[in-house]
Amino acid sequence: MSRLNKIFSQISKQEKRIALYCAIAFAIIATLPLFDQGFYLSISVNIVMYIVLCTAWSLFSGPTHYISLATAAFYGIGTYVVAIGIKDIPYPVLLVMAAIVSGGIAGIVGLATLRLSGVYFVVFTLGLSELIRQIVTWVQTNFSGSSGLYVFTDIREMHVFWQLLGLAVIVYIVGWLINRSRLGFAMQIIGNDETVAKHLGINTAISKILLFMISGAIIGVVGAIMAPRFSYVTPPSAFNPIISFQVVIMALLGGTKRLWGPLLGVIPFTILFDQVGVYFPDQTSIVIGVAFMAIVYLLPNGVLGLIETIKQKFTSSTKKEDPT
Amino acid sequence: MTQPILSVNKLTKNFGGLIAVNDISFQVKKGELMGLIGPNGSGKTTMLNLISGAFKPSTGQINLESTDITNQAAHMIARHGVARTFQLVRILPSLTALQNVIAGCVYGHVKLWGEDAQQKAEALLHRVGLAEHINTPTDSLTYIDQKRLELARALAANPRLLLLDEWLAGLNPSELNIGIQLISDLRDEGTSIIMVEHVMDAIRQLCDHCVVMSSGIKIADGSVDDVLSDPEVIRAYLGDEHA
Repeated sequence: MSRLNKIFSQISKQEKRIALYCAIAFAIIATLPLFDQGFYLSISVNIVMYIVLCTAWSLFSGPTHYISLATAAFYGIGTYVVAIGIKDIPYPVLLVMAAIVSGGIAGIVGLATLRLSGVYFVVFTLGLSELIRQIVTWVQTNFSGSSGLYVFTDIREMHVFWQLLGLAVIVYIVGWLINRSRLGFAMQIIGNDETVAKHLGINTAISKILLFMISGAIIGVVGAIMAPRFSYVTPPSAFNPIISFQVVIMALLGGTKRLWGPLLGVIPFTILFDQVGVYFPDQTSIVIGVAFMAIVYLLPNGVLGLIETIKQKFTSSTKKEDPT
Repeated sequence: MTQPILSVNKLTKNFGGLIAVNDISFQVKKGELMGLIGPNGSGKTTMLNLISGAFKPSTGQINLESTDITNQAAHMIARHGVARTFQLVRILPSLTALQNVIAGCVYGHVKLWGEDAQQKAEALLHRVGLAEHINTPTDSLTYIDQKRLELARALAANPRLLLLDEWLAGLNPSELNIGIQLISDLRDEGTSIIMVEHVMDAIRQLCDHCVVMSSGIKIADGSVDDVLSDPEVIRAYLGDEHA
């Protein structure tokens, strides 16, 4: 509550301290490849990737409550931008292009669908990912005569890790800036009551599209950064719908009301999935399903909600014990 | 003669076969408080929704001074300076009282941000009597306090025209007096207001001019005393035998 009332305040001392701690934490994490280039680096790449994906997803879906299953679409687009252009265009330029193309498609999708509400939007975004995948498959088999594209670069797993880590920093800064801006405040109002938002003068359609584009662009860049790790890119691997579902599950498990909420879902879930993949390789879908139901039933507000409830209980009980 | 702040010209709205507002015209002068009254289901709230842009009219025209706002989106109409409250109070539950009011002055007719917005919101919360609730979670406010909050949010936009949809409904007698006083003060300051209301005491005390609707049709338009003694109006409210 006090946090919410401080939307206008200057950057406080506390925020500066948090920023410093985060910078130190990121610097320490960035040294990981110096110690291990095998299993721990590999799983850390997955964790950081999902942190970026889930945080970017929550930027839009958190305040609006629109569940987007288009993550795979933007991710796949990013991957394909790199796969197609890697021979001719410098890699950093491709990252920017991935952001522009994904963001642009998010804008078009937004124009077409954000006037729809609830379940229609969910179905449309899922359909969109599948549609793009089918189109890419069709184009490849009919015109290039192969079912995939090779991505040969000098980029090694540790470079992927550092890039993702850098993108995570950018996502957190962007999210923090949005939360302090008129756009962030507008999204809070829209999430509360869209009718009221309109009558207060907010162009709700444009606000939502803008945020969907920012979120889509970031997800596209993740796909682009991951492309060299694939080596051979095919539509089923680049536009894998499991990514869309896992992002929703992890973000909801963590909680979408705070910028750092998804983090709390990503870390345990990525480790869980990894272990499931090792010990029960044929039952991963069952585990995803059970996990999803368990989250919805047991933690409707995510780990974040649980922490805040406990914190509230704790502070109210200490207040009661205090005779003054 | 000055231009009216709002002129509604032959406005019709039908939902499928139901004609909720049927060929209605009226004007609101600058600084005037107009009452929009009529039995339940006569189309008053639909009328407000047409003015605020929540619905688009089927035919007819609405002008805010010289601006045609007939087919504009709600957010554009809000930016032209129309603010409203809702029949069923609509506060923003996850925001604090102060933020609810700030929301009114960021995107609309006035665009404030930062310290200015905060000061304006605080002043308005004092104004409507919510000074000690600045940081109260809005869901723990009483019904009248929620209504006050909604009014403060509407006022935050410095509206050229304020639409109050049964803002006095559901208040107990002492709250009603406070509410009437508040609206009376607003009128004295020169705010143009359209008030949909069932509370007759309030209408008699406050309104300069009344439009009466029944089944979507305007059946009377004039000073409060004239309108309330009109046989047609009495028939609409009480039935034929009283007219």
